[in-house]
Amino acid sequence: MKASTVVVALITGVLFGFGLAYSSMVKPEVVLSFLRFEDFGLLLVLGGAVVVTTIAYHVLPRIMSQPVLGGAFGKHPSEMNWRTLGGAALFGIGWGLSGVCPGPAIAGLGTGNWPLLVSIGGMIVGAYVQGWLAGRGTPRC
Amino acid sequence: MQQFFPHGIGPYLTGGLLIGAAVSFAFAMSGLITGMSTVFSSTWSYFSRLSFFQQDRFLGSRAWRLALAIGLVLGGALFLFTSAHGTTFRTGIPWWRLGVGGFIAGFGARMSNGCTSGHGICGLGSFQLPSLLAVLIFLAAAIVTAQLVAVFGGV
Repeated sequence: MKASTVVVALITGVLFGFGLAYSSMVKPEVVLSFLRFEDFGLLLVLGGAVVVTTIAYHVLPRIMSQPVLGGAFGKHPSEMNWRTLGGAALFGIGWGLSGVCPGPAIAGLGTGNWPLLVSIGGMIVGAYVQGWLAGRGTPRC
Repeated sequence: MQQFFPHGIGPYLTGGLLIGAAVSFAFAMSGLITGMSTVFSSTWSYFSRLSFFQQDRFLGSRAWRLALAIGLVLGGALFLFTSAHGTTFRTGIPWWRLGVGGFIAGFGARMSNGCTSGHGICGLGSFQLPSLLAVLIFLAAAIVTAQLVAVFGGV
C-alpha cells in the first residue's frame, strides 16, 4: 500500500471525526433523541453527507480517469442477500440499545467521552465473533 | 421547525456537509470508500490467524483503515480544543447498554458489511439498492429498540 493512501485516510479521518463531533453525533443521547422522534437532526447530518458524497461519487469518475494520487475509484460492495439485511437488523438493535455506532464511537474518544470505550470493546469482540462464525462455513453469518 | 429541531439545524447540517466532504476527499485523492465498521474486522488480521481475517480485502486495506480510525480520534480532539465551550461530555447511558449494544452493533455491521457510514453514506451515495434496504431496516430496528427501552424507563 502506498504511503500517500495512509496519509489521505488520516486526513479524511480528522475531517470526518470533526464533523461527527460538530454535529453532536458523538453523544449517544442525541442519537437516541432522534430514534425517539424528539429531535430529527440526525437526518440532516446523514442527508448532508449523502448529498455531497453522491455528487463526488458520480461526478469525479466522469471528469477524472483515476484518483489524484493514482489507483482506481473504489465501489461500496453491497450484496443483496440475507446477511446484508439480517446484519442490518442486528446492527439497528445494537444501535438503538446504546445510541452508538462505529464512527461516532471512535471519534467520541477524541472528545474525551471515555465511556464509549465500552462500546468499542463490544464492537471489537462482536466483529471477532462474526468473523469466527463466518469462517466456520455453515451456518454462514 | 422548532418542534422537529429543538436545538436548531445549523450544527447538524454543517457537520453532515463536513462528513460528506471527508468521504469525497478520500474518494477524489485515492479512490477510497470510507465505511467505518470494516476497521473492526481488518485490524484483527494483525492479531488473529483465522483465515477469515487473513482475506486480501482486509490485508490490503488494514493500514489505511487504522489510519482513518486514528484520524477520527484526532478529529474529535480537534473539535474539543477548538470549540468555544470546550467542555468534555461524558455519556450517561448505562455501561451494560453501551457494551451489549456495541457487541450486537459490531456483529451486525460486520455481518451486513456496512453501518451508518458504509451503507448510509457510501452505499446511498452510490445508489445501491441493498444499502438502501439495509438503511431502512437498521433505522426501523433502532427506532423500535430505542422506543422499547424508553417504555421500560431507560434514558
